[in-house]
Amino acid sequence: MSTTTGRKSYGVKGAPYAHPSPATARKGALRAPYFFLLPASVLFALFFALPIGYAVFLSFRKVHVSGLGLGAGARHEVWAGFENYTDAFQDSELLHGALRVLGYGCIVVPVMLGLALLFALMLDSERVRLAPVTRLAIFLPYAIPGVVAALMWGFLYLPSVSPFYYVLQKLHMPQPNLLDGGPLYLAISNIAVWGGTGFNMIVIYTSLRSIPVEVYEAARLDGATPLQIALRIKIPMVAPSLVLTFFFSIIATLQVFNEPTTLKPLTNSLNTSWSPLMKVYQDAFHRGDIYAAAAEATLIALATLVLSFGFLRAANRRTKQEAAG
Amino acid sequence: MSTLAVRKAAPAAGTTPGAAQGPPLRRRIALVPTITLLIGAVYTLLPVAWVVIASTKSGHELFSTFTFLPGTGFTQNIKDLNAYRGGIYWQWMGNSALYAGLGALLSTAVSAFGGYALATYRFTGREAMFNVLLAGVLMPPVILAVPQYLLLAKADLTDSCLSVLLPQILSPYGVYLSRIYAAAAVPADVVEAGRMDGASEWRIFTRIALPMMIPGMVTVFLFQFVAVWNNFLLPYIMLSDDEKFPLTLGLYTLLEQGSNTPALYTLVITGAFLAVLPLIALFLVIQRFWSLDLLSGAVKS
Repeated sequence: MSTTTGRKSYGVKGAPYAHPSPATARKGALRAPYFFLLPASVLFALFFALPIGYAVFLSFRKVHVSGLGLGAGARHEVWAGFENYTDAFQDSELLHGALRVLGYGCIVVPVMLGLALLFALMLDSERVRLAPVTRLAIFLPYAIPGVVAALMWGFLYLPSVSPFYYVLQKLHMPQPNLLDGGPLYLAISNIAVWGGTGFNMIVIYTSLRSIPVEVYEAARLDGATPLQIALRIKIPMVAPSLVLTFFFSIIATLQVFNEPTTLKPLTNSLNTSWSPLMKVYQDAFHRGDIYAAAAEATLIALATLVLSFGFLRAANRRTKQEAAG
Repeated sequence: MSTLAVRKAAPAAGTTPGAAQGPPLRRRIALVPTITLLIGAVYTLLPVAWVVIASTKSGHELFSTFTFLPGTGFTQNIKDLNAYRGGIYWQWMGNSALYAGLGALLSTAVSAFGGYALATYRFTGREAMFNVLLAGVLMPPVILAVPQYLLLAKADLTDSCLSVLLPQILSPYGVYLSRIYAAAAVPADVVEAGRMDGASEWRIFTRIALPMMIPGMVTVFLFQFVAVWNNFLLPYIMLSDDEKFPLTLGLYTLLEQGSNTPALYTLVITGAFLAVLPLIALFLVIQRFWSLDLLSGAVKS
C-alpha cells in the first residue's frame, strides 16, 4: 500500500483531479481485458471451436477405396455430401437409441424436477426440523461419480445381493427382473434421478429463499394454507429457475452415457448402442467409421439445441402471455 | 440482506409463545415437510449405506448373508485391493486427485481472469466473447470428445495425462460464474481508485480484485473439481494405458472383468466405497466455506 500512496501524492502534485498519467493508464486499461481473456480464448479455440469445426468437416467426408483397397494410396478421403447424414437417418439402431432416450427422458426429467421442487418447498416451509441435515444428504449424490452411482445401484438391482429381492422373497411377492425389458428403463432412470435431484433442489431452494417474506404475509393474514401459498405464490415466483433446471436437464438427458455403459457388464439386455451417444462411441472406436460417428454426433448436438431452445422459447412465450393476460 | 434478517426473525417470534406453553411446541413441528425430507434423505443415503456395509463382507458373505448385516472381511478386502495388480487402485486414486486438483486449479485461474475482464472492463467484442463462451456451456461433450480425440491423436497426445487434463481446463460455466461473482463483489469505484493511485491493471487485479473474489473462486474450484473427478467419458475415450486411468475408469474396467469372475465383486464394492470417501470428506469440511447459492448463479449483494 505504501508505494501506491507515494504515487498518489505525485499524481496530486501534477494534476489535482485528473489521472496521474492518463495516456499510459488508459492504454493499459484498453489492452488489459484482452490480456485477461487470452487463456480462455486460446483454450476455447483449441478445445471447443476447432473440434466442433473438425467434427462438422468430417461429417461431410468419407473414405474412398479404389481397387481392392490394398497398397498405399488405395484409400483416400473424399467429399461425401450429405451421405453420412442420410445414412444416419436410415440407421434403425440410431433411431431406436433415440426413441429409448426419449422414453428415458420422459421419466427422468419430470420425476427428478418434481422431487427437486417438492424437497425445496419442504425445506422452505416453516417449523421444519432437520432441514440442514436432510438438505446435505439429498445433495450428497452430486459428489458421487455417475459411474460409482450406477455401480452401487447396479448391485442393488442384482437379485443375488439386493436387499429388495431379499424382502420380496420373504414376503412371497413376485420378483421382477429389474435389469431387463421395461423395468430396465426405470432402473436406469432411477440412477439419474438419484444423482440429479439434489443439485436441482439447491437451485430451486436458492431462488425460493430470495422471495421476500412480506409477499406471503398478506396471503397468510387472508387465511391461505401453506399448500395454497406454495401453489399460488411460491411456484409461480420460482418459475424462472424451474425453466433453467428443465433446460439443463434436457441437455444432460439426451447425452446419457455413463449409467447404461456401467450397467452393461451386469446385464445382457443393454446393447452397445442403447443410447445414441453409445452408438457414436461404438462407430468411432469399434467400427472405426469416424465419418459416420461425426455425422451422428452433429445430429445429436443439433437435436439437443433444437429441443432445449424450443423448450426455452415455448416457456418464454407462456410467461409473456401470462404477463399480458 | 435485510430480507434475510426478516425471514430469520419471523419464525423465532412465532415460537416464543409456544415455548412458554411447553407441549404445544412439539405439535407445532411441521410433520409433513420433515417426514418428506427424511424419506428423501433415506432414499439418497440407501445405496451409500449399502456400499459401506457390503465393503465389510467377504466374497462368500456377499452372496449368502442378509445385505444390511455387516460382514467380517473388511481388512481382507482392503488387503486384496492393495494386492490387486500391485496396488494399481491407489495409482488410479492418485491420478484422479492429480487430474481433478490441478485441472480445477488451472480452470479456476482461467475463469477468474476471464470473469474479471468481462465484469469490469467495457471493450469492443465483450458481449460477443461472452455469448460465444456461453454457447460452449450448451455444447454437448459428445460432439467435443470424439473430434478432440482425433485432433489430439494428430498431435500424438492421446493416451497421455495431458489428453485428460487439457480439454477440461476451460469451463465456460466457470467463466460465467466468475463474471457474475466479480460483477457483484468488486465495486467499479474500487478499481477506479486503484487506477487513480497509478497501480497497473495487473496489480489492481492481484492485490485488490482477486482477494474480493476468493469466496466465489472457491465455489468455481469445487464445482470444477467435482466435474473432473466424476468425468468418465473423456478418459474412457482418451486413455488405454491403465496406469493413467482415473478412479471412475479404473472401477469400470474392474467391474467389466468382474462380470466374468464374481470374485472381483468384493474388490469393486470396496473400491467404490473408498472412491466415495474423499469427496464426502471434502464436502463436509468445506461446506461452510462454500456458498451453494452461487452454483445457481445467485449472488447476494
